[in-house]
Amino acid sequence: MTRHTPPPAALTGSALPFPFTAIVGQEEMKQAMVLTAIDPAIGGVLVFGDRGTGKSTAVRALAALLPPIRAVEGCPVNSARPEDVPAWAEGATGRMVTRPTPVIDLPLGVTEDRVVGALDIERALTRGEKAFEPGLLARANRGYLYIDEVNLLEDHIVDLLLDVAQSGENLVEREGLSIRHPARFVLVGSGNPEEGELRPQLLGRFGLSLEVASARDVATRVEVIRRRDAYDRDRDTFLRAWKGKEAALRRRILAAREGLAALDTPDGTLEDCAGLCIALGSDGLRGELTLLRAARALAAFEGAAAVGRAHLRAVAPSALRHRLRRDPLDEAGSGARVARLLDEILPASAP
Amino acid sequence: MTQPRGLLPPWMRVETALTLLAVDPAGLSGLWLRARAGAIRDRVTSALAALPVPLARIAPHSTDEALYGGIDLAASLGAGRAVRSKGLLAGRPTVVLAMAERAPAGLAARLGRFLDAGGWAVALDEGAEAEEAPPAALTERLGLFIDLDGLSWAETRDIRLDPARLAEARARLPAVQVPPAATEAMVAAAAALGIASLRAPLMALAAARASAAFRGAGTVTDDDLSLAAGLVLAHRATVLPEAESRADAPEPPPPPPPEADRDGPPEDDALPDLSGEMLVAAIRAMLPADLLPPLAPARAARSVCGGPWGWGAFRRGTRRGRPLPARPGQPGGSARIDPVATLRAAAPWQTIRRRLTPDRPGVLIRREDVRLRRFAEASDRVLIFAVDASGSAAAARLAEAKGAVELLLSQAYARRDHVALVSFRGTGAEVMLPPTRSLVQTKRRLAGLPGGGGTPLAAGLAAALDLARAARARGMTPTLALLTDGRANVALDGSGDRVQARQDAARLARAIATGGTPALVIDTAMRPQPDLHALAQAMAATYLPLPRADARAMAETLAAALGG
Repeated sequence: MTRHTPPPAALTGSALPFPFTAIVGQEEMKQAMVLTAIDPAIGGVLVFGDRGTGKSTAVRALAALLPPIRAVEGCPVNSARPEDVPAWAEGATGRMVTRPTPVIDLPLGVTEDRVVGALDIERALTRGEKAFEPGLLARANRGYLYIDEVNLLEDHIVDLLLDVAQSGENLVEREGLSIRHPARFVLVGSGNPEEGELRPQLLGRFGLSLEVASARDVATRVEVIRRRDAYDRDRDTFLRAWKGKEAALRRRILAAREGLAALDTPDGTLEDCAGLCIALGSDGLRGELTLLRAARALAAFEGAAAVGRAHLRAVAPSALRHRLRRDPLDEAGSGARVARLLDEILPASAP
Repeated sequence: MTQPRGLLPPWMRVETALTLLAVDPAGLSGLWLRARAGAIRDRVTSALAALPVPLARIAPHSTDEALYGGIDLAASLGAGRAVRSKGLLAGRPTVVLAMAERAPAGLAARLGRFLDAGGWAVALDEGAEAEEAPPAALTERLGLFIDLDGLSWAETRDIRLDPARLAEARARLPAVQVPPAATEAMVAAAAALGIASLRAPLMALAAARASAAFRGAGTVTDDDLSLAAGLVLAHRATVLPEAESRADAPEPPPPPPPEADRDGPPEDDALPDLSGEMLVAAIRAMLPADLLPPLAPARAARSVCGGPWGWGAFRRGTRRGRPLPARPGQPGGSARIDPVATLRAAAPWQTIRRRLTPDRPGVLIRREDVRLRRFAEASDRVLIFAVDASGSAAAARLAEAKGAVELLLSQAYARRDHVALVSFRGTGAEVMLPPTRSLVQTKRRLAGLPGGGGTPLAAGLAAALDLARAARARGMTPTLALLTDGRANVALDGSGDRVQARQDAARLARAIATGGTPALVIDTAMRPQPDLHALAQAMAATYLPLPRADARAMAETLAAALGG
């Protein structure tokens, strides 16, 4: 099946995204996404960069890579146990099914109704019943919420997200409805920094942030084009060729999830963590927590017995660069500041 | 079709682009057609019928219901059951976006998703100015670009695309081979032109393949490549590489565009091979000589005034602009009711309310049902001039500054910008003119501007900052232009303490930078002042030393820096 077949085939083709492992380069972005897959508590990824650098491709690829979840069939919030299904939900059968981890798109210009859910107008009109029609936040529970061009999102939608991302619960009080349901999701955002800044409050809700750029050398760029072209021209063959690697990465993520609990966190690492955050003057303790969680996830992914300084160094730039106070005179950007301090405070040679 | 090196007559280029789009719409994702509405554009759009699926027209303010389908409220109320309308995108049509230059970012994002999933679209862009263009999120994803500007009716003719030949080409397309060297050449050419996105070479290769398929060839040749590069890459170029280099003399890397340093051109050792150079040369030949210079100022304007279209920032209001989703509220003042949203809110309660008041006819609407219209509109820009009228500056410069301001005023009038004027001299600053659009009033105040005394730079900055804040609070987008010779010698409290004066000025400069007000510092001293340069940096402002400027030169520089 190729993209040149008539429209219906192209539509079904979009259900088979480009394999995550086939993305060339962009190691930091891939690592950040794998880390959130291992420990969702890290709290999401923000990817800033130019257009055509594979941001959207990576997010959609991640969806296919994630291990499926067990959920109650027909439950609008993907509950893990039948007793967790909210009272207002109808159509939940109580049977458990395996379904892919939800990755929900939140488009720009979306209305509040669509995000938080609203009165089901159809039922209200036709049957005069007061029923709740769940929104995108319900569907994203236990999964991912992806916002492309997150820096262009309208303010009142950002306010909603800030509140829900913090509490993990969506509270709907409108049109005579009073409903609450869990909404725990990993926030993934992408955007182009030239078009607008992100509010610091929203910035802080993302666990990791990174800046991507197109590969500079021609050889890498050619390889990107070659793989994409092969995927476009013969999707089935391409997906078959990468099936093994995808499965291997998925197994590694699952193994890392299990290994996370047994992982040892030495006091030295905690001190390193605190020292770095104090030196950087990052706001609040969220930075330290995220840094530690990300480092633990990385250690688990690498199969290490304990979290070490090397793990901290590897994740520090993406965990901290968006938490610094903005310095208008610093041309190099926050990433460079983190890297500079990293070398001062946590030199690689020490234990 | 077989003319070499991509040097096609303009109308041939249009025909070729449409042919390629008809052969492989999914690979090319669509067309960005820049043209004013008219008979020539109609000739192009009528050829879109050759595309394999029917057209669906959408407007910049098309709602989600229109795009994706939803409940048709009017039909539902009439029929007494839910009537769903089918969204325009549901049938995966060839989307034709009219007035694409007015499309908001939200629509661009939705269409971008549609294009990423294998759809295709044609954006009809009627932008008049260079910076009036569809959102980049959309144009980046559309493969082909055609500009009909400057084409006369005589140069054009009806476009006839042979459906049978197109069908043949489509059937041949999957088998067309792309030699590895061709891929490398295309990627190298894109990199040499400073195109960071990898979508561009990908779509250029799709165009080359479509071209080969249409010719009936089984393999992509150099001619296909240069044709494709001209149609897909040329308009994305951000740097123009030197043309006359040869393989034995390593080509110097082209100067990177100032704002895209990290995606600059490739290193010396990764330079394009001969074939890549050939493509760059083909594109070079296709670009009009004056195409690239306008690119940079347009972008500078963007960064100075903050808005994506070179206008002011967007704000939400209740009166004008593009519609946004309605919100609950009470009517009054300038707020207007959104009848449909209000009915939507009231609809579910009708059964209950009817029971309570069976005698009242019609739809029962209560206060809490009321939904208000909201609109997004580009806010007005206000240029705040802070002019140094001190003794040191007055002698030579004040007249020139006045002249420059007057020239800018006439430009601002044409752009419907507001202008405000602050002058500082002696011990303090004075707002000579609050933000206004009145040209006559401004001229009168300017003529009466007195000169002489010390330089209370800090006071001038403070007054300008206050004006900027007030303007922002009223929904306008302020831009600051400071004209001074920089010898701050009066502090904020009016004393003649030079050290204190300088510290106060620096403090206010930082406050302006923190407030995010774009600014411009024009040094009118005889020699450029390092102090003033430092001040401009603290203000995050553009610094323009103009030791020997006359009014016209100053106005031109200012207009260029402000994107006027």
